[in-house]
Amino acid sequence: MAELKFIKMSSEKERSAWVTGTIMTDAAAIPIVSTDLAPSDYWENIRCRTTAFRNNYTVTPGLYAVGAPDKASDVFVSANYKLSFDVLRKALKGLNAWVLVLDTKGINVWCAAGKGTFGTDELVQRISLTQLDRVVNHNKIIVPQLGAPGISAYGVKKASGFKVSYGPVRAEDIRAYIAAGYQATGEMRTVTFPLFDRLILTPMEINPAMKKYYPWYALIILSIFGLQPGGIFFREALVGGLPFLLLGLISVIAGALVTPVLLPFIPFRSFAVKGWITGLLAIFLSTTFIAMFRHLNTVLLISTYLFFPLASSYIALQFTGASTFTGISGVKKELKMSIPLYISGVVVSLILLLVYKLGEWRVL
Amino acid sequence: MKYLSNVASLEIFPERCVGCGICIEVCPHGVFAMENKKAVILDRDQCMECGACVNNCAFKALNVNKGVGCAAAVINSIVSGGEPSCDCSGKNKNGDCC
Repeated sequence: MAELKFIKMSSEKERSAWVTGTIMTDAAAIPIVSTDLAPSDYWENIRCRTTAFRNNYTVTPGLYAVGAPDKASDVFVSANYKLSFDVLRKALKGLNAWVLVLDTKGINVWCAAGKGTFGTDELVQRISLTQLDRVVNHNKIIVPQLGAPGISAYGVKKASGFKVSYGPVRAEDIRAYIAAGYQATGEMRTVTFPLFDRLILTPMEINPAMKKYYPWYALIILSIFGLQPGGIFFREALVGGLPFLLLGLISVIAGALVTPVLLPFIPFRSFAVKGWITGLLAIFLSTTFIAMFRHLNTVLLISTYLFFPLASSYIALQFTGASTFTGISGVKKELKMSIPLYISGVVVSLILLLVYKLGEWRVL
Repeated sequence: MKYLSNVASLEIFPERCVGCGICIEVCPHGVFAMENKKAVILDRDQCMECGACVNNCAFKALNVNKGVGCAAAVINSIVSGGEPSCDCSGKNKNGDCC
């Protein structure tokens, strides 16, 4: 049964454009993959970085070949997220090696290791399904270091006989790692979070914020400003609501783009505080220098200063999930302190809006 | 870049450490160093509680409250009452996961 499934998977693999041929082994015919990325691979990479396209971007788990590997060649382990697989095959250009792709449900190595899908059980099972012991004549497999949260090297050795060597964090360092006699330097072992890495993660912060929260926010704002004693009016909704729709956009940008990009330069370590400071600054600059916001009524201005920096703070806090250095204890601490503030901020802002409306209707 | 100080739950039990150095190898933030043939915690505030060291220590000389440092995951767990986990396993098709 497992054999049949493997043959079926192999035939699927062979249909992919990046498969350039097959290589016969004692276990099975293994697809050879290209180490050059095609324009379509780059285009799909962009789609993964910006849309939900990434949720279903997979490679069939199993064994692949790069170059012309033989029984003595290295085995590199990867995840079945196509983006992870592409990074690895590109980094292996010019080498002869085997690539063992685990079934991580289309998730990258580090996230999958955190969830345990890139894990000891899956690795042991994949070694056995692909009959790796018949493909190679050694017992070493190179696992990316960021797979370590899911893998127990001593557990893999015990269950499969294969000895895990942890490779560098970044696939681009693989050549240097091999050249140094399969030794990674401290630098190769350390995760960083440079500007470019932070920047490419921001579209997937802005996108969900705009999809998940903004439509509801816009609906509430337009209803509140459109609501008049005589009914709901479109003109009032737009004239009164537009500045707030724009301020909403500004606070999304402050929390989901500016805060991540300027992360190390914004004071304090808490993401919630960083987002709040950025949001506050954005609101101050907007209400000071943009004509449209300059003539806001005092009650509305207080509510603006209260609500929008908190919105930026909440959105910035979501970036903890994309960052490379936040731990769960810290995130829990941040949430414990900030959630009551978010809730009370929203309630007070709504009360202030109500006060404004009552004044507008000359009730107060 | 460092996250909040004095929150990471990482612990080391020196009496169990044999000095194999695997924790130094797998830690992505250089939290450990070797002193007198035993691993020591160099900077606990750098720890992101990923659990790589604990998972690979064959001598159970380390402990950490392992988890994802992701606000969405923790909020999901508060709402759903489950363990903190982001929706990254492909079940969620809205594209709003970590």
